[in-house]
Amino acid sequence: VFKRFVEIGRVAFVSFGPHAGKLVAIVDVIDQNRALVDGPCSGVRRQAMPFKCMQLTDFVLKFPHSARQKHVRLAWEKENINEKWAATRWAKKIEAREKKAKMTDFDRYKVMKAKKMRNRIIKHAMKKLLKEASKKGKKLQKAQK
Amino acid sequence: LAPQMAGEKKAGDKKAAEAKPAEAKPAEKKGSQKKLRERPKKPKKHHASRNPVLARGIGRYSRSAMYARKAMYKRKYTAPETKAQKKKKEKPRATITKPVGGDKNGGSRVVKVRKMPRYYPTEDVPRKLLSHGKKPFSQHKRKLRASITPGTVLILLTGRHRGKRVVFLKQLGTGLLLVTGPLAINRVPLRRAHQKFVIATSTKVDINGVRIPKHLTDAYFKKKRLRKPKHQEGEIFDTEKEKYEITEQRKSDQKAVDTQILARIKKVPQLRGYLRSTFSLSNGVYPHKLVF
Repeated sequence: VFKRFVEIGRVAFVSFGPHAGKLVAIVDVIDQNRALVDGPCSGVRRQAMPFKCMQLTDFVLKFPHSARQKHVRLAWEKENINEKWAATRWAKKIEAREKKAKMTDFDRYKVMKAKKMRNRIIKHAMKKLLKEASKKGKKLQKAQK
Repeated sequence: LAPQMAGEKKAGDKKAAEAKPAEAKPAEKKGSQKKLRERPKKPKKHHASRNPVLARGIGRYSRSAMYARKAMYKRKYTAPETKAQKKKKEKPRATITKPVGGDKNGGSRVVKVRKMPRYYPTEDVPRKLLSHGKKPFSQHKRKLRASITPGTVLILLTGRHRGKRVVFLKQLGTGLLLVTGPLAINRVPLRRAHQKFVIATSTKVDINGVRIPKHLTDAYFKKKRLRKPKHQEGEIFDTEKEKYEITEQRKSDQKAVDTQILARIKKVPQLRGYLRSTFSLSNGVYPHKLVF
């Protein structure tokens, strides 16, 4: 049922708070609600962070609990987490959302035109297929009779 | 030979040395002469207050004592008499003779130039308090938003061209913005727009070398109204301008400006279509969330 677990080395995405949008690695668990967290390659200092603001990712690093920042950094860079993260759909969706919000009026016009053209092409191809399909259907009917 | 040469050298040096101070002297003399000439022109430094302060607003010496201390008895200033003052005949004319028509009228009348007031109010008008900084509209400071620069694409929000995207040219003397469609793209002519009723987008057209004719001012664009009702009642409303006619000058100015701008618009892909389209809001579109 659950696939991603809170464990030492789990890379998490911070969803809100002062470090919103950054990746951190769970270094140790403090109590039921908080974890000691460190993000040397994403600009997050080693600190306690509540689980609520963390969203677990698929990535797990290998280092012992309460490992020093240096080791967390080594593990992070060895696994190339930053690149892997940028390649995930999750990160891409975030980026697309940001881009959409930054769109200027001119950009919105260009997007509208592009969408219109794309939809026309699709419709055109679809209608062609439908036409062929209906022709085939009619032929079969005739043949049956 | 050597001592001779040395001697000569020394003599030469001496001469040179003599020549130099000789040159320097007349220069110095001139300089000093200059200084003497300049000094009387320079204003003398003003003396500090000769009346020491005992407490705020209270000086040590009385008016008469100060008169003596400042030697006002020595200082008498009169403005130099000009030739015009000497003439004294420059008094403005009090009366004028004007010709009068009709026979048996005597041809002319003597009329006062400055007449007595024809009306005195029952109560005197009270003296108004002094105010400062109240300027007429023509002297007001015109501001322009930083987001509006020449070449910016603006969205008009009011008027008959609402929703249209338009190119900004310059700010006129009254603060209104001079704007053009261009006409060929969205039927907006050279027109004035108000800064407050306009959204400035971040899209800019490069208007670097475009020359806008200098006669395009507020007076050029101001609405004209006829007012000469010689007949009273009846035919007034017909004669006044109902239909606005586009003058030839407007057409030529429009062409002059638009040809330059259209050339630059064509360089940017899709910009022409963008200017042709209109802006509108739909469901889920909130202006405060949009980035223009």
